[in-house]
Amino acid sequence: MTLSPLSRKVLAGLTFGVLALIYLPLLVVVANSVNPSQSMTWPPRGVTFEWWERAAHSSGVREALVTSLQVAAIATLLALVLGTLLALALQRYSFFGKSSVNLLVILPIALPGVVTGIALNNGFKGILGVDLSIWTIVIAHATFCIVTVFNNVQARLRRLGTSLEEASSDLGAGVFTTFRLVTLPQLRSALLAGGMLAFALSFDEIIVTTFTAGNGANTLPIWILNNMFRPNQAPVVNVVAVVLIVFSILPVWLAQRLSSDVEAAH
Amino acid sequence: MSVTSRAPDARNDQAPAPALRGPVARPGSRLLHRMVWLRLSLLLSAPLAWMLLVYVVALVALLITSLWSVDSLSSEIDRSWTLENFRTLLENEVYRNVALRTVGVAVAVTVIDVAIALPIAFYMAKVASPRARRMLVVAVLTPLWASYLVKVFSWRVVLSEGGLAEWSGLGSPGYGLTAVVITQAYIWLPYVILPIFAALERVPDSLLEAAGDLGAPTGMVLRSIVMPLLVPGIVAGAIFSFSLTMGDYITVNIVGGANQMLGNLIFINAGAANNLPLAAAIAMIPIAVMVVLLTAIRRTGALENM
Repeated sequence: MTLSPLSRKVLAGLTFGVLALIYLPLLVVVANSVNPSQSMTWPPRGVTFEWWERAAHSSGVREALVTSLQVAAIATLLALVLGTLLALALQRYSFFGKSSVNLLVILPIALPGVVTGIALNNGFKGILGVDLSIWTIVIAHATFCIVTVFNNVQARLRRLGTSLEEASSDLGAGVFTTFRLVTLPQLRSALLAGGMLAFALSFDEIIVTTFTAGNGANTLPIWILNNMFRPNQAPVVNVVAVVLIVFSILPVWLAQRLSSDVEAAH
Repeated sequence: MSVTSRAPDARNDQAPAPALRGPVARPGSRLLHRMVWLRLSLLLSAPLAWMLLVYVVALVALLITSLWSVDSLSSEIDRSWTLENFRTLLENEVYRNVALRTVGVAVAVTVIDVAIALPIAFYMAKVASPRARRMLVVAVLTPLWASYLVKVFSWRVVLSEGGLAEWSGLGSPGYGLTAVVITQAYIWLPYVILPIFAALERVPDSLLEAAGDLGAPTGMVLRSIVMPLLVPGIVAGAIFSFSLTMGDYITVNIVGGANQMLGNLIFINAGAANNLPLAAAIAMIPIAVMVVLLTAIRRTGALENM
């Protein structure tokens, strides 16, 4: 198949045009964080750091940030343990119901967000009679973060094969020794990448969070949602949005660097 | 001199433990080594228990709750079986309209995203140089992970009065369903590009060259060779954008004006209206739509590529 030079140019123009359009709104948010106009009229007339200062001194923002970091850290830790165990089980063994377990892991992100949200909300409030708190958020987040760790570890295990583990056990190492000295070191960067993606996913999540957060527990996205419609808070929300862009893109960028380094080394 | 000083170091490097313990592992480890099922159940028990206890139980409980009702006087949940909630959903026009609107928005978003993603994925996979391809993949992936809420917020700012859209001369549609479709199509686009790109990458170039050499015009190659191989990728991307749009109610809050989607009704009934059974019943609508959709396309084999 040969493409005419014209159609190549059209395709290239379309691709780069859409990509530019993808980044444009994000750049507008970054630019607006120093826009002196409170209603963020475009184009900005001048530069101000007033909103950054107000955001830095806002206790609501700080508390929400701490809550978000706590939730993401604990949920990631849980997801790392559970996701790794699952990946080992599914990649190294075959058993009855394996594909169902596989489906079960992706279900929390495959089903619409409101369904996961209302199911957990109803489970906590209606069935168990538990008050919503920071812990209900953690449980919800861990549930849908498992899949990112699972995917990363499973892909790594598939590529590694079993020969090193078999060699280790032929040489007399026990199951745990083999895991500690042979399997785990080879999984390290996959765990780091999966963990960072899980962290970013949890840090950013809003839909399931609105269903599982108690009154006292505000994550950063919930704080943004609550303050977005207040005209005098909107510029501060904009500053927090810029911080969130950096926080969510940085770990992913690192995760990609990590996995591409490993692939290049193999 | 240097040799004698290095010798103790070399001895330290050899781990003494295996020599002391002998070549055979501890009894617990030996037992695990022999019993495969024991190893497997130890690996599986914790994550499976978590998924079953937290998630499957919650989903089943949701189904059961949708068959309960709320006592209008005491506002306590009445745990006797009734189909009242589902009758409300069928007979009340509001729910039908909102359900149709939600599915309509999801279809619109999916169609727009697939239409935009196809040429871009094709350019990335088959036209761009390998170096450019890597950069393009990163460029598509990065905004995927930028905060969802920030992306919606950025469109609220762009479409606002006196915002970028108005200033650019294109004009802003204002806050409403059009804004919802634009924002959602924007947010889920990378989720659609990636599976289509992955499917295209698996199409061998030699196949396209052979078709070209045998005289097939470009349009025919695209239609009869590329498209059939792409179906699983397109279906996977379409499921993502459809399901994600259906489950979203934050975007419509932020840029949708007074419009509501199913998620809003679920949220209001679970919270302010204090009617969990009705919220659970409404949640059955997106579940039913997804189940029907997934069963219908299971045969295409697209589900294995997700």
